[in-house]
Amino acid sequence: MTADDVILQVKGLTAGYGAAPVLQEVDLTVRAGTIAAVLGANGAGKTTLLRTLSGLVRPSGGEIVYGGQPLRDVPVEQLVRRGMAHVPEGRGVVAELTVDENLRLGGLWRRDREDAAKALTEVYELFEPLAQRRRSAGHQLSGGERQMLALGRALVARPKLLLLDEPSLGLAPRVIAQIMALLRQLRDTTGLTVLLVEQNVRSALSVADEAVVMSLGRIVTATSADRLRDDEELRHAYLGF
Amino acid sequence: MDRFVFLTFDGLSKGAVLAAFALALVLIWRAARIVNFAQGAMAVAAAYAGYSVTTATGSYWLGFGAALVGGLLIGMLVERAVMRFVDHSSPLSEVIVALGLVLVMQAVLGMIYGNEFLPAGTPFSRTALSVGDVPLLSRYDLFVFGAVLLVLLGLALLFTRTSVGLRMRASAFAPEVSRLLGVNVGGMLTLGWALASAVGALAAMLVIPTELGLHPHAMDLVFVSAFTAAVVGGLDSPPGAVVGGLAVGLILSYVSGYLGSDVTPMAVLVLLLAVLLVRPGGLFSSTVARQA
Amino acid sequence: MSETVTPARETGTNEAAVPRRAPGLPGLLNRSTLLRHLVLAVLAGVVLFLLTQQLDPFRNFQLATVAAYLCATAGLTLLVGMNGQLSLGHGALMAVGAYTVALTQNALADRGITGNQVLPLSLALGVLVTMAAGAVIGLAAARLRGPYLAGVTLAVAVAVPAATVTFDEVFNSEQGLSVAVEPPPLSLGLYFPNERWQAWVALTGALLTMLLLANLVRSRVGRNLRAVRDDEVAARLAGIHVGRTQVLAFVVSAASAGLGGGLLALLAQSVSPGAFSLTLSLFLLMAVVIGGLGSLSGAVWGAILLVALPDLTHDSAQLVSLPPAVAQRLEGNLPLAVFGLTLIVVMIAAPGGVQGLLRRIGARARRRAPAR
Repeated sequence: MTADDVILQVKGLTAGYGAAPVLQEVDLTVRAGTIAAVLGANGAGKTTLLRTLSGLVRPSGGEIVYGGQPLRDVPVEQLVRRGMAHVPEGRGVVAELTVDENLRLGGLWRRDREDAAKALTEVYELFEPLAQRRRSAGHQLSGGERQMLALGRALVARPKLLLLDEPSLGLAPRVIAQIMALLRQLRDTTGLTVLLVEQNVRSALSVADEAVVMSLGRIVTATSADRLRDDEELRHAYLGF
Repeated sequence: MDRFVFLTFDGLSKGAVLAAFALALVLIWRAARIVNFAQGAMAVAAAYAGYSVTTATGSYWLGFGAALVGGLLIGMLVERAVMRFVDHSSPLSEVIVALGLVLVMQAVLGMIYGNEFLPAGTPFSRTALSVGDVPLLSRYDLFVFGAVLLVLLGLALLFTRTSVGLRMRASAFAPEVSRLLGVNVGGMLTLGWALASAVGALAAMLVIPTELGLHPHAMDLVFVSAFTAAVVGGLDSPPGAVVGGLAVGLILSYVSGYLGSDVTPMAVLVLLLAVLLVRPGGLFSSTVARQA
Repeated sequence: MSETVTPARETGTNEAAVPRRAPGLPGLLNRSTLLRHLVLAVLAGVVLFLLTQQLDPFRNFQLATVAAYLCATAGLTLLVGMNGQLSLGHGALMAVGAYTVALTQNALADRGITGNQVLPLSLALGVLVTMAAGAVIGLAAARLRGPYLAGVTLAVAVAVPAATVTFDEVFNSEQGLSVAVEPPPLSLGLYFPNERWQAWVALTGALLTMLLLANLVRSRVGRNLRAVRDDEVAARLAGIHVGRTQVLAFVVSAASAGLGGGLLALLAQSVSPGAFSLTLSLFLLMAVVIGGLGSLSGAVWGAILLVALPDLTHDSAQLVSLPPAVAQRLEGNLPLAVFGLTLIVVMIAAPGGVQGLLRRIGARARRRAPAR
């Protein structure tokens, strides 16, 4: 692993207040062009990890190096300009805006209007159902459509690193499989890096290259996804099945 | 009958101004979930700025422009320098801070300009033009309608057709998600305050010449009436604010025409209470938020 | 009457009071809130009585004004601080009390009724009428929250002074009414200073108000008020009738404001709508916020501020020599500006107000003490 390969390097990241911080001394390395799964039970600190990475939560200690540069004091709204896109918990579809407005919102910051328009067209091609519902308000969409919209909106920004929080939540297995397949496809064709937070361990491990398991705000193991999937003893120890 | 027709047109003209002022309240409510109790004082301050420019240059229109620009700047300043720092966990603190602003601004205006009514001029005649024998509208009323209509159209276009409008709406509905998508939410909030304050300044410029004149308290009753109008419309809905403004303007015109102008404040209170108690959701609101 | 109302302190004193203390006066005082408040009120009364003997007439008049304002600010503290309902209309409620007292005093004087019973009678009537007005607003208020309630009470503050013009046969429009007030009772002596008598009347009213409110705050009703303020749903689940509690808070608060207004009418011997404008309502709110919404003691600071700040700005404006026109503008407006600015700064920097600051300083001193 060379230094160029690493898109995200987290060292000793601590966040939260009081005697029991939500994140404790988290170390994490994500290589460019891979899918890294963050697994763990409810309350393990997975969502807080993502929110700290994208600047929504202020860390109380540690360092985040993204694309070779430390992210100290970079405002949240600047990160998307550096290629980091965060699809938050619950997807963050703006219910009052239409599908089209939601998608356009993802590319408003871009100077290159032409490419932004092109990215929008590509997203519509990628997600057929969205193209048919351009004028529908966000609150009229089904769970699967919302997830497509959230993903599509992130892709309009042409990100290098995608932070994805529980995309499978509340979706039918068939839809989950489609989304996972799409992530794999994006990784292989565009070199997208994905940090995938999931409670649905099987789905996550089906696409992930690397996997970390969190518990009570710490990373308890970091290994390859294959190993975690195949090594029953390891899986049993950290994931309980 | 003639009187009724006259009062109706007069009420619509008043209502247009109330609609603009109510719209300014709705803009800030949507952007920040704050009822800007300082809006009357902010608008008066902008109107005084316009008055100074008009006095210095002799041109109504330069003063008019100065008031609008002044409104923009005051709104920006209030958000950047004060409202941004208020603890938003309790709705009480925002109201109280806004009232503090009212005290400060009215006092400063009183120190600079004195607490007497200053005459405020109009660019057009206020004598009503008659159709047949019935006096209907003055040229000034037409100017009022035109100005308010222009602002309504401008805002509608801004919010539905431009990317800045999209950013502003997104910031209001979902600030955190908007930040993740690269929207400068703080900047949009400032812009929202500036716009609302400018619309408020316009309303003040339009209404003050039709009342007793320029005074630090000139917009107190207008604020309460416009608040009522916004509540009638549901606080959340710009079209509701417009319809509410026209309705309140009409009712107040009839009340003051048939019962006397000193009954107007009472009528506003009764109207506001009636709307809040009978239709707590407002007439146009899709969400019920009064108990939140 | 300097009890803080944080629940922590409350339970703290209760626990300490019950079993361990030996019987005796201190133990008894700790156990009976009523008794403790009564002793405090009597002590305060004695101190204030001695004070009025020392002060010159002008200062006595100021003291009386503070006492009148205190009734209103204490009532407002109960409403805003303890029950979380915002009222921008307490100036108007004071007007209701003031006009009732004025009309009653004049009616009694016209009929030649004089004597010691006149003052209590007209003040009581003022309180009753204001309570009725408070009940009406309170009934509406119980269904409204936050900015909606603020808007309605603001409309009240604007409408009530205007009503004096609408019904000008009774209220005599902008000029207002003069109030027939009898001189101090002859039993006090022929040359007894009127201001000292006014101070006695107003202070009696203020002490009574504080005593009643302090007991209310520490009672079950007071706990209900705070429970509703903190979490309506939880309060409802705990079996508290939220609407009734809120109306009650409004009525009690209005009664206090009515008494304050009535006292002001007696002090000024006149009432006019200009004295009870929207600005007064905002001043009252400002006073309780700056004083500190957390406790009734904050209302004392607020009332003092209401009288002292205009006085201070007046004095400081006189230090620099200005042309009379400028000086006049400054004098009327400078207190407003200072009030408003203080209000904003306090809300942003020190939401606990003066009383909160004192308590924090006190707590720090106590924390330091054992370390030595």
